[in-house]
Amino acid sequence: MKWFDYSAPRTLDEALDTYASHPHARLLAGGTDLLVQMRAGRKETDLVIDTKRIPELNELHCNGALTLGAAVPCCRIYEDAAVKSAFPALAAVASIIGGIQIQGRASIGGNLCNAAPSADSIPLLIALGATARIVYKGGERSVPVEDFCTAPGQNILQPGELLVSIQIPKPEPHSGSHYLRFIPRNEMDIAVAGAGVAVTLNGGTITAARIALASVAPTPLFVKAAGDALVGQPATEESVNKAALLAKDAAKPISDMRGTADYRRHLCAVLTRRALRAAIVQAQEA
Amino acid sequence: MQNKVQVHTTINGEEVDFLCEPRQSLLECLRDNLNQTGTKEGCNDGNCGACTVNLDGRIVTSCLVLGVEAEGRQITTIEGIAKGNQLHPLQRAFLEEAALQCGICTPGFIVAAKALLDHEPNPSEDRIRWWLANNLCRCTGYDKIIRAVQKAAAVLQEAKA
Ligand code: FES
Ligand code: FES
Repeated sequence: MKWFDYSAPRTLDEALDTYASHPHARLLAGGTDLLVQMRAGRKETDLVIDTKRIPELNELHCNGALTLGAAVPCCRIYEDAAVKSAFPALAAVASIIGGIQIQGRASIGGNLCNAAPSADSIPLLIALGATARIVYKGGERSVPVEDFCTAPGQNILQPGELLVSIQIPKPEPHSGSHYLRFIPRNEMDIAVAGAGVAVTLNGGTITAARIALASVAPTPLFVKAAGDALVGQPATEESVNKAALLAKDAAKPISDMRGTADYRRHLCAVLTRRALRAAIVQAQEA
Repeated sequence: MQNKVQVHTTINGEEVDFLCEPRQSLLECLRDNLNQTGTKEGCNDGNCGACTVNLDGRIVTSCLVLGVEAEGRQITTIEGIAKGNQLHPLQRAFLEEAALQCGICTPGFIVAAKALLDHEPNPSEDRIRWWLANNLCRCTGYDKIIRAVQKAAAVLQEAKA
C-alpha cells in the first residue's frame, strides 16, 4: 500500500473539519473493502479517516424505528435483541456478509458506501424504506437508500460529506421482510442474484410492498412496479407470482463468471417469489 | 509528512508500545515489527483467516486491520493461547486428531475456535462449521479440524464438571 496518514477523530465536528480540509481523504469503517481496494491499488489516498471512534457513527438504537450508525459492525446488529425482534431480516443479512471475522468489522454503512451491485444489505434496506443520513460541514441531508448508489462502486456522497447513519422507519403492524440470495457455496460468497422484500398486510390483503434486487444491474435495483402491483391484492400465490415476474422483467443483468444474464433473470423470479412468501408468513404472524 | 505512529496496546496480556507506518496492517506489525510470527499470512485480503487474532473479544482478520487501530485495544494471538508450557486443550486436540498438515492455517483456526468455545462451550457440528467458514485449509479437508474442536469442547466441559 502507498503511504498515507491516519486520523481517528473523536467527534463528528472534528471529522468534518478534517474531511473538509482533505477532500481526497478516504473514510475507514470496518476496512474490509477499503483496505483490500487500497492494497490492490484500486483506491489511493494520502489520508485515512477512521470513523469508528465517532459516537454518532457507532449508535445502534431501536425504538420501533432504527438508527443504525454507519460504522456499527454486523455482529452488533445480530447480537442486539431489540433489532433482532423488530428487524429479523436485517439481523439475518448482517449474519451472511462474509464470515465471523468479517462481521466483527464490516458495517452496513460501509456496505452501502462501497456501492457494489451485489451488496447483500442494500436491497433489504431499500425494501424497508431506509434513508441515508448524510452530514457535511454546516448542514445535512437525507437520501432514500434507493437513490444512494449511482454506478458500480460509486455513490452520491460529495467530498466532505459523511454517511452518519441509516434510518429505518418503524414497520406498520402486520409487516414482514426478507432477503434471499443465491450463491453456489453455503457461505463466504458473492450473490449471483438477490432479492429483498417488505410487505404489509391488512387481513388477507397486501397494503404495501417494496422489492429490490442485487447483482442484476449496475446498482442495487429498486423495482417499484413489482411492489406497487401487489398493493390491494390478496396475499396469494398468484399475486406473488405476478410480482416475481415483474421483478424478473426489470432486471438488467450481465453475464459473467458467476452466471449468465438469463440465469440471473430466472433467479430474480425465484428469489423474489420465495422472499415474498417468507415475508408474508412473517407479516401474518406479526 | 511521513511520520511513523507510536501505538500503545496490549498483546497477550502484556502492554506493548511499537512504532509503525499507518499503512501497515496489524498482521505486518505483529510479524515484522514485533516479531510475533505465530500469526500467519495467507491471502492478505480477508478470505483465508490464517491471520485471525482476537481484538477486544472478537475475532478479526488482522490483514484487514491497520496497526494504528490497535491503539488502546486488547489483542490475543496464537502466542497467547497456551499457558506457559501447557498447551490449550484446542492445541492438544489439533495434535491428537491430526487436524493439521502444513500448519499454516492452524493458528487462525485455533484462535477462531477458542473464541467460539469461550462463548458457546457446547456448539453443534453445524455451528462449528459456520463459525469457521472464514478459515480456509487446503490440506486437511476440514473433517479432522471439526473433530478436534469437538474434542476440545468435550475436554473443556469435563474439566469444568
Ligand atoms: S491473510 Fe488475512 S485473511 Fe488471509
Ligand atoms: S494444514 Fe495446510 S492449510 Fe491447513
